[in-house]
Amino acid sequence: MDTQTEDTKPASNRIAAPSVLRRYGSQLGIIGVGLTMWMVFMVAAPIVFLDIDIYVAFAQTSPQFGIIALALTFVVITGEIDLSFPSIMALGAAMFCIATAYGGLPWYVGLVIAFATGALCGLFNGFLVAKLNIPSLVITIGTSFLFRGLELVLMNGTGVPLTAEEYPEMHAIFREPFFGFPIQTLWMIILGIVAWTLLNRTRFGAHVFLVGDNQTSARLMGVNVVSVKMRAFTLVGLFAVFAGLMTSIYGYYFWPTTGEGFLLNTIASVFLGGTSVFGGTGSIVGTFVATYIIGAINAGVVSAGINAFYTQLVFGLVIVVSVVLQTLIERRVRGQSMTGR
Amino acid sequence: MASDSNATSAPIIELRNVSKTFGEVRAISGIDFKVNRGEIVGLLGDNGAGKSTMVKTIMGFHRPDAGGEIHFKGKKIHDWSVARARGLGIETVYQERALCEKQPIWRNMFMGREMRTKFGLLDVHKMRSEAARLMSEHMGFTSAAVHPDNVVATMSGGEKQGVAITRALYFEAELVVLDEPTMGLSLSETKKTLEFIANIKKAGRSAIFIDHNIFHVYPVVDRLYVLDRGKVAGTYTKDEISMDELIESLYRVARSGKME
Repeated sequence: MDTQTEDTKPASNRIAAPSVLRRYGSQLGIIGVGLTMWMVFMVAAPIVFLDIDIYVAFAQTSPQFGIIALALTFVVITGEIDLSFPSIMALGAAMFCIATAYGGLPWYVGLVIAFATGALCGLFNGFLVAKLNIPSLVITIGTSFLFRGLELVLMNGTGVPLTAEEYPEMHAIFREPFFGFPIQTLWMIILGIVAWTLLNRTRFGAHVFLVGDNQTSARLMGVNVVSVKMRAFTLVGLFAVFAGLMTSIYGYYFWPTTGEGFLLNTIASVFLGGTSVFGGTGSIVGTFVATYIIGAINAGVVSAGINAFYTQLVFGLVIVVSVVLQTLIERRVRGQSMTGR
Repeated sequence: MASDSNATSAPIIELRNVSKTFGEVRAISGIDFKVNRGEIVGLLGDNGAGKSTMVKTIMGFHRPDAGGEIHFKGKKIHDWSVARARGLGIETVYQERALCEKQPIWRNMFMGREMRTKFGLLDVHKMRSEAARLMSEHMGFTSAAVHPDNVVATMSGGEKQGVAITRALYFEAELVVLDEPTMGLSLSETKKTLEFIANIKKAGRSAIFIDHNIFHVYPVVDRLYVLDRGKVAGTYTKDEISMDELIESLYRVARSGKME
């Protein structure tokens, strides 16, 4: 279907634009998958899915992992992965609690300390991966334990209540609806626009694509590969802290286990969104839409009357099928065989 | 040296006693090399003679071993890097092309030197239209594959090389380094490339031209360096040596390592 435009006019020797399908194929695909799933849920459970409440619930919970997925998209495009962000969520939120609840500092100082912590964690990951050239899949498992361990030691394994009376500003920023609109999704939109602009309209973003595509070529043309990767990991650190604070405030309580259960949702959002496992291609729009699809699967499966044990099954199917399809499409574009050999 | 006659200004680039060692392998050793303003310099040598290592050292991709010096327009440069070299006006067509194949042509064309608007954001629109103009006007490409939004992976070998060459020439560099630029090109594309090199000289700019094909190199260059096993085996101005003599001595150097 996508080759039809080229096959029908082999003799014409004029410069032609690639078809819309080829350029935006993966993004259109993910939007299609999202709409189809929505239809299925509507038919299967009309009472639930014709009611506004379920959408409000999605809009409040999906951004908690989706915001990190936006930043993780950058790291995956550079051809790396970060598995330590759940621990960064917790460590950043813990530093906020230490500064404000134990240290008595005002909330805004706590925010600065929390984000600085996230930036440092990301920078550390980036240093190990880019400067020391260690495979990110391995080393971020290590730093994940490191950050989590540090947080548990600092907090002595205890939680901190984050009530609206004690932290009115934090609740206004991260939880209370903005003129009736779920503020979590408002943040997701704002940070989505920031991430889109960063990826598509800045030199940093351009270099993210180049580094993930062919590191040697990028270096030969003067791109600072180490700096690009370190900045991508730092972005994940910052966004992870944002999500960690949002999640904690949403629950009115900081749990020392914050971030657990976020790993797969977040990574799935990035891959389902069409960002390539091999690096070099990916999109923020895809990640954004995929976040809400992932968020809907859980609630959708349950409210459609299917046994909750099926959630993981559906979840796994969606990830495996999307990554396999995306790989096959990519090989087809490059004219390789189905197995890539 | 005969080229000293136009040494009124300092050479564009000069290497003094430059060596480069990878582990235990010394790829180039004690290289003295210079390119004067408006001069096309040919670099000949067998496979493994150190041509590409030298090019990558000139471009700042490899850092020379201690003791080697790189001078740009008479000034010694300490923190030499690819970005620095390009900033000073040196562009290269690498043997391995240095393209990012999953990216559209326009991203490749402006790789590392992306255009920005006055707000500091990428000027995607301008990069697209410039890439389209360059590919059709400069290289004369008309194939459907060379639309600026098309990814490089879908292009033919000659078209890919065309992108690499057009990219090097676009920035109007003072010094263009061409490492086997005619590799994989069709007859007419090769002719076009050689015309480009001749035009570099007409515009008063300089070039380093590396190719296996002496019949391509000899007609367009002013001066020649012959590299052998990482060392400069000889240097000639064109009036010192005829093409036949050159071929003869290249055979000799390949066998014995000596020019004479």
